[in-house]
Amino acid sequence: MPEYTLRLRRYDPESGEAPRFEDYQVEMESHRSVLEAILQVRGEQDGSIGVRCSCRAAICGSCGVRSNGKPGLACHTHLSEAAGRSKDGDNVIVVEPMGNMPVIKDLIVDMEEVHWKKIRRVTPWLVGKEPVPEREYIVPHEAMVDVTQTMACIQCGACVSDCLTMEMDPEFIGPAALAKAYRFVGDPRDAEQEQRLLDLSEDPHGIYDCTHCFQCIEACPKGVAPMSQIMRLRRRAGSDFGIDDRNNGHRHEMAFVKNIRKNGILHEADLLPDSYGGKFHPRAVPELISSLPVVLRALKTGKVTPTKALLHQHKADEGTKRIFETIEAKEQRLEYNLYISGNEDDLADDPADTAAPAATATVVAVEETMTVEENGDGSGTVTVTETVVEETPEGTVVVEEKVTDEISADGEETLTVEETVVEETVAEATETDATGDQGGEQK
Amino acid sequence: MKVAYWPGCVSRGFTPELHGSMQAVAPLLDLELVEIDRASCCGAGVIAEHNQELADTLNARTFALAAETGERLMMNICSTCQGAQSECQERLDASAEYRDEVNSTLEAEGLAYEKGLVTNKNFLWLLVEEIGLENLKKKVKRPLTGLKVGPFYGCYIVRPTDRLGIDEEHPRDQYMQDLIEALGGTVIDYAGIYKCCGFPIITMNKKASLKMAGTHLADAADADADCLVVPCPLCHLNLDLQQPLATAEIGRDVSMPVLHLPQLVGLALGLDPKALGMNKHVVKPTSVIDWSTAVVGSAPAGGGW
Repeated sequence: MPEYTLRLRRYDPESGEAPRFEDYQVEMESHRSVLEAILQVRGEQDGSIGVRCSCRAAICGSCGVRSNGKPGLACHTHLSEAAGRSKDGDNVIVVEPMGNMPVIKDLIVDMEEVHWKKIRRVTPWLVGKEPVPEREYIVPHEAMVDVTQTMACIQCGACVSDCLTMEMDPEFIGPAALAKAYRFVGDPRDAEQEQRLLDLSEDPHGIYDCTHCFQCIEACPKGVAPMSQIMRLRRRAGSDFGIDDRNNGHRHEMAFVKNIRKNGILHEADLLPDSYGGKFHPRAVPELISSLPVVLRALKTGKVTPTKALLHQHKADEGTKRIFETIEAKEQRLEYNLYISGNEDDLADDPADTAAPAATATVVAVEETMTVEENGDGSGTVTVTETVVEETPEGTVVVEEKVTDEISADGEETLTVEETVVEETVAEATETDATGDQGGEQK
Repeated sequence: MKVAYWPGCVSRGFTPELHGSMQAVAPLLDLELVEIDRASCCGAGVIAEHNQELADTLNARTFALAAETGERLMMNICSTCQGAQSECQERLDASAEYRDEVNSTLEAEGLAYEKGLVTNKNFLWLLVEEIGLENLKKKVKRPLTGLKVGPFYGCYIVRPTDRLGIDEEHPRDQYMQDLIEALGGTVIDYAGIYKCCGFPIITMNKKASLKMAGTHLADAADADADCLVVPCPLCHLNLDLQQPLATAEIGRDVSMPVLHLPQLVGLALGLDPKALGMNKHVVKPTSVIDWSTAVVGSAPAGGGW
């Protein structure tokens, strides 16, 4: 069995001592989790280690830590995976508390200020539309599918731990809370979508303060992709509700799009004033004065010539213009969501999809029987037989699936599954198709 | 080797020395650049946040134009282009139906995006995967001996790892370190290597943006770096052009030269700093120049500029 060095960051703020790293040796199979290793060490070597955990199955979100630099759930990180990132030698796993949060003790962090408060800040419940229907709300299926990705969040804080904007500006609402905000902004049953977006846009540390750094996407153990949800919030706020936020984020976005529509490639000198609402916008004046030194520096170093700064020679060609015209004229924005639709190659790789023409097979009859045999000493056998009759374009298939569960006297179970094709009738049309006879269908 | 070359916008705008140094270095690497000139901006994530189909269609066109050059390998010199284009390509490659929709817009121009036709690689990836570091070593005329270089990748070229094809076989998040060593330099490990330069939010939250740049510059200085090297011109804007403001924001007096990737390669291949446009930086790369003049043993340090 491989031996790992677990290098834990120990810190007890109440002790008055500085944080330190302590090494523990663990012998454990490589597919076991970092959490199991920590718990074994705590149980057998040092009971004073502080760690928070509960379900051990990546559901409860309690055991967020950084193992060898990467944030995630300790229970969801294999020892081999964590060790693979080691910078300190073979099989060394450095476990630290999550970032951007104060440490309570060792691996336990205080998530109140940077996580829970922000979650509460985005009104994390559904504000139902009035009048409340007598029974359930009826909504389009696609609309609910759209918010499923954000619903996968288990509040572990891994994204918050590594958010690079929060590192500099702890007041930023942050990836977890903004993903939660989209969960309701994207929900057709919610009555306050616009109000929610206005509120987020008026926050000086709101949706446009995300830098697109992808840290949260990389960190999330549940595939929530908080950054993608932030981009959806921006699309909803800017394009659907025309909301101008107080940080000029939407103005910047519109200025950028306008710039490319006109020039094809970016003309930086125009982008800056336009991002503040145009050269003559009252908001633009102080900002432009403060950025003047930057432009002067660029001119001074010869990076940019005065003509280049004022006149942009590159103009968008016909092809680029046509793309803007065509897509901006569409009534609905088209969005291909990989989380929901996936990659068709991956879907095709799934043997369940390719093995049988599942979509065209119709189950016409199912018969189920169960027998129980008891031997009186606690042992026995349970057999379930399921007979399925399926009709496919190729013919009729009768499949019998027999599941046998044998229980021995000392309580040990053995499960066997047997699948047999009992009967197969091949349709005539298929036979002729197989020979390549085009007229086969007429027979 | 011939590649379809996508220089991007900023390398022809506020960091012209990047495009210039790439053109100067290419012949020394036997690299022929076939420029894709009609293509538009990749959208830098901003167009995608506005309208995903718009960004995907603009980039599908860039790939189609790259294919028109007759080359299958497209090279960019900007982390942001790499990331934004990979993101669009991932969606385009995922669904034939979606591809058809995008291609119906391109049809008017007689163009179409074809899955699997064009591979897009940043200059960094191309150096390691196509040219090869062993090959590159043979071309080094002036090894970067004693030069302490801090790599700064830029977010778009390192995350998300699966989209960017970073795995054990392609440790693309280690390529800069490998490259600096291959050129004879010393790699400086510091906290900011994989962090964000802050540029995307410079107009939205200037304070946080400058604080990011300032912190990374100061961390590199504390780790004793002579200079940073970036494969992304947007990072260069925040780290170099904004450096006086960025370091003021965190209250540190740091002067950290920031080199574009082709400039660092060019130096090792024996090119003159001025020919690489290094006089166009806001922070004068004096430490680098001192180093290069010491190696060459010619003109006095910093002479002429």
